Amino acid sequence: MQKTLVRIAHEIIERNKNAEDMVIVGIMNRGAHLAKRLANAIEQIEGVSVPVGNLDITLYRDDLSMISEQPVVQKTDLMFDITGKKVILVDDVLYTGRTVRAALTELIDFGRPQFIQLCVLIDRGFRELPIRADFVGKNIPTSQKESIEVHLEECDGVDEVVIMEHDDG
Amino acid sequence: MKLLIKNGQVVDPANNLNAVLDILVQDGKIVKVGKNLKNNVDSTIDATDKIVMPGIVDMHVHLREPGREDKETVASGTNAALKGGITSVLAMPNTHPAIDNKDSIQLLNNIIKKTSHTNVFVCGAITKERKGRELSDITLLKQEGALAISDDGNSVDNAQLFLEALKIAKKENILVICHCEDVSLSAKGVVNLGITSTRMGLRGISRESEYTRVARDIELAERTNTQIHIAHVSCRESVEIIASAKKRGIKVTCETAPHYFTLSEEAIWGYDANLKINPPLRGKDDAEVIKQGLKSDVIDVIASDHAPHTENEKDIEFDRAEFGAIGLETELAVCVTELIHKGVLDWPGLVQKLCLNPSKILRINKGALGEGCDADITIVSPNQEWLVERNIFVSKSKNSMFLGKTLKGIVDYTILKDKVAYQKTPERKNSNEVSCKSRVGKAC
Amino acid sequence: MAEWKRKHLLGLEELSREEIEFILDNTSSFKEVLTREVKKVPTLRGKTVVNLFYEPSTRTRVSFEVAAKRLSADVINIAAETSSVRKGETLFDTGRNIEALKADIIVVRHSASGAAAMLSHHVNISVVNAGDGWHEHPTQALLDIFTLKEKFGRIEGLEVSIVGDIAHSRVARSNIWGLSKLGAKVTVCAPKLLIPPEIEQMGVSSITDNIDVALVNADAVNVLRMQFERDEANMFPEQLEYFKKFGITQERLEKAKKKIVIMHPGPINRGIEISSEVADGTQSVILDQVTNGIAVRMAVLFLVAQGAKRKK
Repeated sequence: MQKTLVRIAHEIIERNKNAEDMVIVGIMNRGAHLAKRLANAIEQIEGVSVPVGNLDITLYRDDLSMISEQPVVQKTDLMFDITGKKVILVDDVLYTGRTVRAALTELIDFGRPQFIQLCVLIDRGFRELPIRADFVGKNIPTSQKESIEVHLEECDGVDEVVIMEHDDG
Repeated sequence: MKLLIKNGQVVDPANNLNAVLDILVQDGKIVKVGKNLKNNVDSTIDATDKIVMPGIVDMHVHLREPGREDKETVASGTNAALKGGITSVLAMPNTHPAIDNKDSIQLLNNIIKKTSHTNVFVCGAITKERKGRELSDITLLKQEGALAISDDGNSVDNAQLFLEALKIAKKENILVICHCEDVSLSAKGVVNLGITSTRMGLRGISRESEYTRVARDIELAERTNTQIHIAHVSCRESVEIIASAKKRGIKVTCETAPHYFTLSEEAIWGYDANLKINPPLRGKDDAEVIKQGLKSDVIDVIASDHAPHTENEKDIEFDRAEFGAIGLETELAVCVTELIHKGVLDWPGLVQKLCLNPSKILRINKGALGEGCDADITIVSPNQEWLVERNIFVSKSKNSMFLGKTLKGIVDYTILKDKVAYQKTPERKNSNEVSCKSRVGKAC
Repeated sequence: MAEWKRKHLLGLEELSREEIEFILDNTSSFKEVLTREVKKVPTLRGKTVVNLFYEPSTRTRVSFEVAAKRLSADVINIAAETSSVRKGETLFDTGRNIEALKADIIVVRHSASGAAAMLSHHVNISVVNAGDGWHEHPTQALLDIFTLKEKFGRIEGLEVSIVGDIAHSRVARSNIWGLSKLGAKVTVCAPKLLIPPEIEQMGVSSITDNIDVALVNADAVNVLRMQFERDEANMFPEQLEYFKKFGITQERLEKAKKKIVIMHPGPINRGIEISSEVADGTQSVILDQVTNGIAVRMAVLFLVAQGAKRKK
């Protein structure tokens, strides 16, 4: 996983020429950890410290009535101004695109970035909205009967990607 | 009309009977009680596995007529009584107008004559309009047929005035029924004072407001040697005071209502105004003491305190809701569920509380199944369960404390004189229409 | 992991410890929204919250209104004096009418204890109790507890004294339920006539009519308003007399062991239950309570809206 992240970090710097005016925002929970790791990787490469923030998108979701577990609203932490900045939005898995849509709405409430680029570790397809990632760790085609979970050492104790199948989809 | 009731468990404590026997009824009287009676009769009721008891005499019923016919009438109330196995009721005088003078008591007597479905006896008011300021014409009320006097709903606060009333009652040989409440102590309360009033944020009715008045009324009755009857006893102290008065030989009897030994104050924490009554539901300990009081005969009578109210007066903010619950149709079943099935009383004991003792206290010839007695008979299935729902009530009002509860014990037949005045219709889903073959005629 | 399934918030009496903590956890996140440039989230967009207030109130009503608007809900205020209620419409009919207007949440304040619970039996939409008679004022207690948690990091083991007209106070009752369920030690302090009977059974650890006893070990004190406009007026000592015996002054606070955190639900009667010096002083968190009130109410509105959806 770490190799992938380093590779993505290089891509980000390359695409954007440098890391000036850049901020990295992770979508909670795992996106937030990934955002930190990316920022560290970029710092290693460019020697520049890129500010990191996180977003809790619970209050912006369009599907609160459909999920089975109770979402706990967590604190969004964006300590810097994003207006005029190059925002790299980070999440672990890109699936329907609805989470990213909610994150975009929330980000815009915070200011007017120069642009927002989306970076995901895994893209599993099945988009329901016209959303695409700018940087992808790995494309993993799945069926809708499967689910993908990214586990990270910071919160799950181990770095791994798990694909599970369930019969009721 | 000849009627034979076969094979039921005949419970008649007046005659020391508690056995499977037959009863033969003719021309409104019980003519024979014995084994294997054979006779050519007009109809037979098979009472196998059923209890055959005297018709219940409920000495605390609010029929609301005249004045609040929207809540209940003599007709609808007595119909409800029949469904509950009750054949005689004592109608309380807190009507509009109150039963405190010649016109009002004659009016009520006429209504009863024309429309009642059971025996209805009248209780007059002690003071004019029950206001506690001026005495009614107690002599006249007695002459017009009142069996008792009471200001029920109120107590007579002025001790001097009450003493006067007791003297007259003694002279006229009329029973005084006491609603014991010191309003300076009950202080606009709506629930039991204590943890209930505290957690619900409501004004409380103290126990003292009841038992201090019980003590006062007993003390005054002792002075005048008047027979008094304490209504709706709800708390331990009242039971104790009455017990010690009886030991001293004072002529006091008392009653409780089914809710006081069945429910306790926790039930009301959900703000269900159907449970709002006066005196209020007290603690679990009090309910136990009441049960013990029934067992030890300190408490002589169980009476329903049937108090119908319309939905507009009950289904409103708790403070503003009226006090009282209906009880005629559930009284027997609650007693069977709480007392018979829990081993507090046996059938003869229960029949004493519901039928025999009230008859003795009111000095009427009811509550027994001896040969020559009026054929007021109730036949009960003691184990049959039924669900208490709004739509089954015959009463005009539905403010019952037992809505949603399942009770054991249901009346199959209520016989009045010699006609089957009420018969339970066979079980039908979602429908509990009652066919009251009511008998319009004079109460006994 | 706690879950919120309720579509009403009627009181803290029936909530479990976990449910209360769940509300408080969510509150912090909502507080963060209030620090943003755009203090608005779209969570309750398209929902309608009706403030049905039968008792006059500015602070609580405005607090609910701000909270609802921060969640992008539409807000309607009904002040009972001016509406059809005057014409004799019952509480339950008013509730049903509001429901027929397709509102989603009724926030109700009423002078009858139990009104919120009874209303919830007559309508299918969510009911939030903003104060019913003497019974409960759950959002006030929640914001009080949240404020304490912010200050101390915990509620367990805290010694909290509530001073004032306990008998007639819904703020006191809700606080007693909430604090005791979360493990605080609650002391109530009032003239004897203003302590309701058997209050120990609600979870109160100690009862006193001596203010110094109530303050000596306290971590925090919640000072209730002396409500002289209530009709139990003859139960109250004279105002100055009350201040002498129960008023929270700097001198009194110096006598206590700890630096006591001062709370008050507002509005303050300066010089009656609390001195200006204390109300405006460094130990007072009274204004924090107001800010936290918005966050708590946002959390509550959010959660009951969720609860309602889940019940469908």
